[in-house]
Amino acid sequence: MASDSFSPTRWWGVVLKEFLQLRRDRVTFALIIGLPIAQLLLFGFAINADPKNLPVAIVDPNPSEFSRSLASALNSTGYFKVTRLLESEEDAKRTLLRGRELFVINIPADFTKELVRGHKPDLLVEVDASDPGVSGQSLMAISQMPFIALKRELSGPLLPLAPDSPPFGVQIHRLYNPEGLTRYNMIPSLMGVILTITMVMMTSLALTRERERGTMENMLSMPLKPLEVLSGKMVPYIFIGFIQATIILIAARLFFQVPVAGGLAAVYLATMLYVTTNLAVGITISSLARNQLQAIQMTIMFFMPNLLLSGFLYSVLGEPKWARILSEMLPLTHFNRLIRSIFLKAGDFSDLWPSVWPILLFTVLVMFLADRTYKTTLD
Amino acid sequence: MTGLNAAALAPVIDVHGLNKFFGEKHVVNDLNLQIWPGEIFGFLGPNGSGKTTSIRLMCGLLTPDSGGGTCLGYDLREGEKIRRSIGYMTQKFSYWDDLTIRENLDFVARVYNLPDRKKLVDETLERLGLSARSGQLVGSLSGGWKQRLALAATMLHSPKLLLLDEPTAGVDPQARRDFWEELHRLAATGISILVSTHYMDEAERCHKLAYLAYGRLLAQGTAAEVIAGQNLFTWKITGPDLLKLSGELRKMPAVAQTVVFGQDLHVSGCDPAAMRDVLAVLPPEYQVAVQDTELEDVFIYLMSLSQDNFTTLS
Repeated sequence: MASDSFSPTRWWGVVLKEFLQLRRDRVTFALIIGLPIAQLLLFGFAINADPKNLPVAIVDPNPSEFSRSLASALNSTGYFKVTRLLESEEDAKRTLLRGRELFVINIPADFTKELVRGHKPDLLVEVDASDPGVSGQSLMAISQMPFIALKRELSGPLLPLAPDSPPFGVQIHRLYNPEGLTRYNMIPSLMGVILTITMVMMTSLALTRERERGTMENMLSMPLKPLEVLSGKMVPYIFIGFIQATIILIAARLFFQVPVAGGLAAVYLATMLYVTTNLAVGITISSLARNQLQAIQMTIMFFMPNLLLSGFLYSVLGEPKWARILSEMLPLTHFNRLIRSIFLKAGDFSDLWPSVWPILLFTVLVMFLADRTYKTTLD
Repeated sequence: MTGLNAAALAPVIDVHGLNKFFGEKHVVNDLNLQIWPGEIFGFLGPNGSGKTTSIRLMCGLLTPDSGGGTCLGYDLREGEKIRRSIGYMTQKFSYWDDLTIRENLDFVARVYNLPDRKKLVDETLERLGLSARSGQLVGSLSGGWKQRLALAATMLHSPKLLLLDEPTAGVDPQARRDFWEELHRLAATGISILVSTHYMDEAERCHKLAYLAYGRLLAQGTAAEVIAGQNLFTWKITGPDLLKLSGELRKMPAVAQTVVFGQDLHVSGCDPAAMRDVLAVLPPEYQVAVQDTELEDVFIYLMSLSQDNFTTLS
């Protein structure tokens, strides 16, 4: 019998039904369009992996030309902003405790005297290191201080105290993102994050909604095949995925001036692949969950590791080995690599393929699982 | 009704010893049932008696724990094949509120791969008298219209067997009567119908009946057979303070049940001689008359009987 195999007519019936229902759900539609814009603007502008202008307090019992010069040298690194001059060690402790300043620089009372005598006095830098992310780059900058500060002052008779030039130099070429702009990394990665959360969540509700409204029993009593229902319900969201990707692309060019080195076609192809992956995950959740609340919980359980272990916030290469294995199993890890490569590195197909096949494999496996878990009875 | 020609045909539904458990609960207990072509078969029983579960078992939406049989010649475990050839109307309205009337019918027509879809849908809308409102969202229809639409959608692929789960719950009397006329028209064309209901007037409109309680089939047959099967004799009493009299009569061992019907009190028992003795000593202000035992008397009797069994068992 012909109806024993996949029927395009039945499938098209499901697709049309889903499109019509989605079109009538105005609020959801507005969220689908609004969410990427809001997230992109918020995270794109707000998140900075290389924080600048961090507040510094200086404790200096005898202010001198040297301490003023030190302050201006700190300001000129761009990483620091001297906000206050404190009188005592006591005040310094309090300001760190309250989190008003992240750094306190203690200049000893006899710093100038010792310096002039050539005793190489120490500066004490106290850091609020509770957030390692904040202190990393800026501590590098502060350790350069002895070389750059006091250059003007250490002249004439003090010239012998000026630091020697190092025995060898280091040339750094920052490839793909020469200015080290966070948004170059953040905007392409946000594409994956936004697509994951919206696509998985929307489709995870697709079947549970039918179940809760009582229409599932009717669908089950019709001659629909699991694959027709599952894939038919996915189609409208592929379009939604494209709309979201387009919004993100326009914003990336307009607000963030992120280059698309690999070309638009590559971006869209990668997006189509990744959207399909997420829809397959969502529809699997949908056929496993008994109600919408469970579906949302499962979505979040899928989303969290993808968010934190995919290299979106922290590099996968810095993880311990077991976590890297886990990361490599997450589709977002591969999509992040893929989309960054397309946006920033202009890799060709052979460069991209190592990121493409894991996503493909994941999708096929998940779709197979969805087809298996879809129950054709009410048992 | 099923008569001579039916004997030559195979039953549309033929199930034996069906059992279904939900956890500890024995929801369907040893169900045996035959439904013949062109028959309207009524499924009666209190809430939670296993009517819906039985219907779901028969269309393959649930798998029986034991027992089996056929539906339209397909084994009950071939659910997909059964569902392609039957029309199943769920207890709760289960078409899409956020689609229009036409979109709902279009969807059903596509899913069943029906030829001439547009013509078919147009004709169905015409027959329903909904052509002018075809663009209206189904969610905004009244209960009666929803039920008519559901029946039309269920009939769209011209199934040979209809399974209707309480189709007239919450529908006004006029709409119910129209609905039953439609069912009889369909049955006259050879379609078999299994319909569950709570309404006695609907039970009387069925060709055959089955009464379920606590998952067990307690009586089966035509209305007359079901009534005769219980061997119940009924008298009608009129007079003052029937409620008090009802309470006193119920204490008599000969009296099986007493039911107040408006101005009358129906008193039933299985032993007519013992009953006559009881009724002979009633005070003179009461008028006593012999009364045909009705379906409702029998059903109330069956329900109380099964309740007793159930409580003594558990």
